Amino acid sequence: MARPLAEVRGVVKVFPGVVANAGVDLAIYPGEVLAVLGENGAGKTTLMSVLAGLYRPDAGTVLIDGSPVVLRSPGDALAQGIGMVHQHVFFFNATATTENLLLGWREAGVLLDARAHAARVRRLAGDYGLAIDPHARTDTLTLGERQQVEILRMLHRAVRVLILDEPTAVLTPQEAAGLIGACRRIAAQGRSVVFISHKLDEVLRVADRIVVLRAGRVAGVTTPDRTTPRALAQMMVGQEVEVTPRPPASPGPVVLTVDGVALEGPGGRALQDLCLEVRTGEIVGVAGVAGNGQRELAEVLAGLRVPRAGRVVWEGRDITRLSPRARWALGLAYVPEDRLGEGLVAAFTVAENAVLRDYDGPPVTRGLRLHWPAVRARARALVTRFAIGVPSLDTPAWHLSGGHQQRLLVGREVAATPRVLVAMYPTRGLDVQATAAVHRVLLDLRAAGAGVVLISESLDELFALADRIVVMHRGRLVGERPAAAATREEIGLLMAGAH
Amino acid sequence: MVITARTLDVAPPGARGAVWAEALLIRLGSALAALAVGALVMRVAGYDPWAAYREMAVGALGSWYAVEQTLLKAIPLALSGLGVSLAFTMGLWNIGAEGQLAVGAVAAGWLALGAPGLPAWAMLPGVVVLGAAGGAAWAAIPGVLRAAVGMNEILSTLMLNYVGLLWVDYLVFGHWADPTAFSFPYSRRFPESAQLPPLVGSVHVGAVLALAATAGLWLLLRHTAWGYEIRLIGTSPRAARYRGAPVARNVVAVMALSGLLAGLAGVAEVSGVVHRLQQGVSQGYGYAAIIIAWLARLHPWAVVLVAVLFAALLNGGFVIQTTGVPAAIASMLQALLLTFVLASEYLVRRHRRRRAVAAARAGLHQDP
Amino acid sequence: MTTDQLVALLAAAVPAGTPLVLAGVGELLAERGGVLNVGVEGVMLVGAVVGFAAVVATAWPWLGVVAAVGAGALLGAGHAFLTVTLGAEQVTTGLALALFGTGLSAFVGKPFIGVPNPAPFRAMALPGLADVPVLGAVFFRQDALVYLSYALPLLVWWWLARTRPGLHLRACGEAPEAADAMGVNVAAVRYGAVVAGAALAGLAGGYLSLAYTPAWTENMTGGLGWIAIALVVFATWHPGRLLAGAYLFGAVDVLGFRAQLLGVQASSIVLRMLPYLFTLAVLLVITALRQAAGMPAALGRPYFREE
Repeated sequence: MARPLAEVRGVVKVFPGVVANAGVDLAIYPGEVLAVLGENGAGKTTLMSVLAGLYRPDAGTVLIDGSPVVLRSPGDALAQGIGMVHQHVFFFNATATTENLLLGWREAGVLLDARAHAARVRRLAGDYGLAIDPHARTDTLTLGERQQVEILRMLHRAVRVLILDEPTAVLTPQEAAGLIGACRRIAAQGRSVVFISHKLDEVLRVADRIVVLRAGRVAGVTTPDRTTPRALAQMMVGQEVEVTPRPPASPGPVVLTVDGVALEGPGGRALQDLCLEVRTGEIVGVAGVAGNGQRELAEVLAGLRVPRAGRVVWEGRDITRLSPRARWALGLAYVPEDRLGEGLVAAFTVAENAVLRDYDGPPVTRGLRLHWPAVRARARALVTRFAIGVPSLDTPAWHLSGGHQQRLLVGREVAATPRVLVAMYPTRGLDVQATAAVHRVLLDLRAAGAGVVLISESLDELFALADRIVVMHRGRLVGERPAAAATREEIGLLMAGAH
Repeated sequence: MVITARTLDVAPPGARGAVWAEALLIRLGSALAALAVGALVMRVAGYDPWAAYREMAVGALGSWYAVEQTLLKAIPLALSGLGVSLAFTMGLWNIGAEGQLAVGAVAAGWLALGAPGLPAWAMLPGVVVLGAAGGAAWAAIPGVLRAAVGMNEILSTLMLNYVGLLWVDYLVFGHWADPTAFSFPYSRRFPESAQLPPLVGSVHVGAVLALAATAGLWLLLRHTAWGYEIRLIGTSPRAARYRGAPVARNVVAVMALSGLLAGLAGVAEVSGVVHRLQQGVSQGYGYAAIIIAWLARLHPWAVVLVAVLFAALLNGGFVIQTTGVPAAIASMLQALLLTFVLASEYLVRRHRRRRAVAAARAGLHQDP
Repeated sequence: MTTDQLVALLAAAVPAGTPLVLAGVGELLAERGGVLNVGVEGVMLVGAVVGFAAVVATAWPWLGVVAAVGAGALLGAGHAFLTVTLGAEQVTTGLALALFGTGLSAFVGKPFIGVPNPAPFRAMALPGLADVPVLGAVFFRQDALVYLSYALPLLVWWWLARTRPGLHLRACGEAPEAADAMGVNVAAVRYGAVVAGAALAGLAGGYLSLAYTPAWTENMTGGLGWIAIALVVFATWHPGRLLAGAYLFGAVDVLGFRAQLLGVQASSIVLRMLPYLFTLAVLLVITALRQAAGMPAALGRPYFREE
């Protein structure tokens, strides 16, 4: 067995309130693609961030070429040949691509000579099959293209271990296949690629070896030919994965219509000629790669943005310009993408958050006066009904775990039984229990006769919950299929724009 | 630049008392540090710090007269401090209390000097109302600019400070000048009817106004829906937008209310103390109000307390001028105090975080 | 207005705008690095009084310059410690600095009120260049510090656009996470930018007491520090546009004093309101036209690696 290129032994990493890594051993060999698999919160990103010098471990050692090293910064790790491309692409806008690549590169000298480096950049890009224009300004690139520049930046610095954190989150299935090919080519040169993911099928396609993390520890190490998706899922979750049975749909009349909506976004048109119908008693799943207008769609539905053209109609009434407050009164609820920054007020207590929607009317406020007993009663009802684990109603929202924050947010939006709920990435970053809880709430809402617009990046989730699946691409809804009749390939093609 | 004020952490349950105790300790420690640095600066400049501090203490609180003078300064400081803290609560950087105070004084002077024959029952409320309105209007201008086009209020309120104070100069050297003053920078004397009557000794009824404003603000913020909305917008503008809270309307209203309080401070000064409009009417109260609001963590009752302390400091600085030490020692100490409190609070935050991490690590090792 | 009067106006606008050039470029550096310093007014005042004290004590004007720069740098280091190392809220910290600088300068400067400057910087006509029609009279009959200020925006532009350390500075202001991930020491870069910026603000204040006025009075900057901050926004964080803007403001300032000579009937006090109202108007126009594009994306946000 060859000697590992990089290794971590007994790594422990603790943050206030959570143990991210509880003693992990991992070895990375030259020329391999190693997949680090685990669900959200398993500690994958943290572990790799330790290796990449972003975090200092609270215990344990990092070894490069067999000798222990202390990595005090990402710069140290880079000097050792370890580079990480993060999930949330750290980008430096408003510059030419080449400048981005030269960032931090000591050998470039004091004076910048973009032209000399441009040629090298183009050659390097060609070697790996990445289509990059060295002179393009970075703010015109798509998320997928930016990621490629990030990868190229690492290759430019001659890293020996390239760590990719959830790289396919911003890619269509076809682009993801291209990336997987690039990873194999990089590994074939003797470098190592660490591929962090929570998607089983990808991991099985790209990896030479698979390490499964669960709750901060290694749950298993295997190879694709010695395992099955079911076995991997069990290692990830630690128990039998149960599938929530879904009763058949009986959708009622159309309650919400979006008709020909167009909206500008940063860098061009975010929504174009978008049409959507939502009926009572059904879940409409909106699929699509992040950045194709999902946020704009949600905000137009919720009343946070007014479209440049088109209408939003609620049971025959034009509500295009209606404020979020008025829409709430009609029965339209919204669970936004950013739970702590938008849907909840981080510094407000659970009680104060519980009345965010209706603090200015009875029973919470009578006349001018805010009645705190009424506020607390409302909060107590939510906590009980949605099993939100808090020591007290006066706990600030930032103190809660992600799962409980989401229960609070979703619970508040759903408690008044809305006619339509718009939910954007409602289970992002949640563990299995919290995800199941949110799914139950959505299904109950559907059973109670509400319409749900579920915007999700997880095809698993969409296929599990939605009655109909529509696909967003470049600001348009490009296809609609009943969930029972659709296949992943079909949806994937639509997500990529082929229709 | 859109900058929101998010300077306060909300305490976990049961810890609120501990948080205030900690805040108090930090402020006491910082006060000592500020006094030490002030002493150093004085020593380097050739003054005797201990004598100076003693003089200041005596001058501030050592006699009944001194206490009265301190309370008289505390009134405008508290009023403008309340105004500034209200604006900060909604994330609005009202740096313009200095100018709003001045314009409130101008408005009061306009009635007092323009209609000297008015009977007291009309003049006095009139002066108070106009002063409040003047301050409110001067603050509403940057408020409207912020609400309408998103113009940053730090610079707009600041520029209006300079304009407002120059306006006072213009009047005081011009139309309102006291003909017997031989071009000294003050206006004619206000008529008796426009002078705030005394309450206790020379402390005027402005004190009642200040206390009423404190109670009113506290009730507003804690026990009304509007107060919830103000706190919502100030704490999380994005959540406010998500919820559809009317931000533009509130920006103007809160700025106006904030300026109203500063305008009342102006009335307190010209109608309660000097009975004239004079150059430099604001005396730096508007800027001190910013420090007061921050030290009081934007809490109305704490604002009053800190205002009294700052008044004592300012009074002491005023008194000490006769010994040759510049009065600026007071404002320097105030700014030092703020700096030390800022540094301490962030140091404490860092320490607390490290302690939490260590505790979690300890918990981990006990886990099999 | 005759041509001579116009040339005289412009020739006066240049030194009037010079403190804005110096302080503005300094603030631009700090902000491009991601750190807001609203305490410029206080730093300028401290620079002015310290520089003045040094020249009164030694009659060496360049020592005054060094002292002013040093004092500014020292205050900048304090601001950097609070904002970069401790991550304190930048606006409040800046305000504290402004108030401290104002108080400290008034305190320290008391004995210097009314004291004449023994060795002020005087105008030096540059041989040859000074005889160029119009431009020569406007630009090349100024004092040494003004000449220094001509080079500054160009130097800073070149630094930011064409050198790697300048690229790193820009990265720290736009995306410190990216810079950190690529091995740039974000804290060190930000410290450097803040200290350099404050040093320039100190120089700007020193210019007032050593060359422009040249004397010390309390609050002699009269809001120039705040105007410099507005100027950086007006210039969309570009050194070249900053230079032009500074002289524009200088012209407005000077216009106030010269208006009566030009036959404009207005109270001198009202005319002194002009620069502030002009700043207000300019900011209004810029904000309404959404010209704040160009603002460094990470401006005002402290950066810590383990959040």
